[in-house]
Amino acid sequence: MAVLLLAEMTGGEFQQDATAKALTAAKQLGDVTVLVAGDDVAAAAGEAAKLDGVSKVLAVSDASLANYLAEPVAALVAGLAGDYEHIVAPSTANAKNVLPRVAALLDVMVLSDVTGIVDGDTFERPIYAGNAIQTVKSSDAKKVLTVRTANFDAAAEGGSASVEDGAAAADPGLSSWVEDKVEESDRPDLTSAKIVVSGGRGVGSEENFAIIEKLADVMGAAVGASRAAVDSGYAPNDWQVGQTGKVVAPDLYVAVGISGAIQHLAGMKDSKVIVAINKDEEAPIFQVADYGLVADLFDAVPELEKAVG
Amino acid sequence: MKVLVPVKRVIDYNVKVRVKADGSGVDLANVKMSMNPFDEIAVEEAIRLKEKGTVEEIVVVSIGVKQSQETLRTALAMGADRAILVNAADDVHTDIEPLAVAKLLAKVVEEEQPGLVIAGKQAIDNDMNATGQMLSALLGWSQATFASEVAIEGDDAVVTREVDGGLQTIKVKMPAIVTVDLRLNEPRYASLPNIMKAKKKPLEEKTPADYGVDVSPRLEVVKTSEPAERAAGVMVGSVEELVSKLKNEAGVI
Repeated sequence: MAVLLLAEMTGGEFQQDATAKALTAAKQLGDVTVLVAGDDVAAAAGEAAKLDGVSKVLAVSDASLANYLAEPVAALVAGLAGDYEHIVAPSTANAKNVLPRVAALLDVMVLSDVTGIVDGDTFERPIYAGNAIQTVKSSDAKKVLTVRTANFDAAAEGGSASVEDGAAAADPGLSSWVEDKVEESDRPDLTSAKIVVSGGRGVGSEENFAIIEKLADVMGAAVGASRAAVDSGYAPNDWQVGQTGKVVAPDLYVAVGISGAIQHLAGMKDSKVIVAINKDEEAPIFQVADYGLVADLFDAVPELEKAVG
Repeated sequence: MKVLVPVKRVIDYNVKVRVKADGSGVDLANVKMSMNPFDEIAVEEAIRLKEKGTVEEIVVVSIGVKQSQETLRTALAMGADRAILVNAADDVHTDIEPLAVAKLLAKVVEEEQPGLVIAGKQAIDNDMNATGQMLSALLGWSQATFASEVAIEGDDAVVTREVDGGLQTIKVKMPAIVTVDLRLNEPRYASLPNIMKAKKKPLEEKTPADYGVDVSPRLEVVKTSEPAERAAGVMVGSVEELVSKLKNEAGVI
């Protein structure tokens, strides 16, 4: 029962947290080989080999894999699939782009956003923005799945797996990378932060969003946003928490000026402690909050910043 | 250039979802259904490309129950030219899996020969986020998923994608599949005259057998359950009280 786990490479960088969380899921399915693919992955492969429970690391360095474009990466993974019963990756933008393509190349269904593993064929996953949890049993010979990192603890370090070099598949050359626009930030990563401070439409403008960021910085938190805030241009797209954005489960989630549409709740309701600050006492966010404060956020947020700073 | 846009009939995004008591699924009887919101964005993008003169014809396709006709009529009223309905299910509770949908769409693409397929990135019912990528694999085409900007430049589509950490721009050779994200555009509403006109636009009905595609599911739904409920919390009266609770009761700061 062998499992191929795709290491997450965002912008060519090995993402240990996402990979280690998916590893915890993958280990339940069998013996794990981690595939590290990119332009030059020697260092990343070394890091992956240190994760506890990895049997082997397959390192594939090739210029065609530099930006994790779907066609060459899917061709590589599908080509390796013969040796594995399960192909697993964390539910990142990269994996969501690549794994359904891999599944179709193998003529099997994909299982997206798996939150629980029942057995080697049976998985739990949320549907309808997390308003229902479906348990599905696959009849396919190979199971291709992405797993929600919020639902699995990160595997520890302490392993020393062997690293083997592999070769890329022929690149069909159908697409090319133009540019990345990535915000550099010293803040913790949204999906792995212990504390997340999120702002919604109530924040009112891009300028006002600075108070959310200041509170986050004082708390050592990542910054999130509701879809309404992103659509209004107050916050960049990669801060969006929700059904179609990022799914987070920090120890503390502070929702500021967020009404709490079901699509937003889908992305944060597994947080351990939820705080809601909203001036509308009827806001649905209060139904999922552990601590609710009805207040004007422009008074409450600076006060909170001072109190925790 | 011809553009193909697949559209799905799903539960309206404002409807509160109820899980059936017997755990067999979500109750869709007598529930308001609408076009999947991401598919509306896809239809809108196709129409804008037509308005710019890049696209000559927009064909919309839906695969599912026969009531999906309504969804197709909505797309025609927005501005699509022609519709194809693949009657693949009798019961509204039957969800045709993305792999089967992709196989049917691949056959439609073979017949229609579009230069571009624009699809929603995910349907808000099964949240699988897979059909576009699967179709692309089956056709051996390039794919540009999660698009927030699309520009056609000669034989290429230049697509800006919403990814972890920000935005990525890639150039894909057409024919290609583009799947759209929320920020690409704001879909228009169909006007009453256009709704009337849409009734006269061609809508062709097909079955999976016409295309020789087996739509039997690969995943058996064992059960569908309610998510874990969060226990009701407390309201606090001040920031001071909030901080005290977070420190002393919850222990998170």
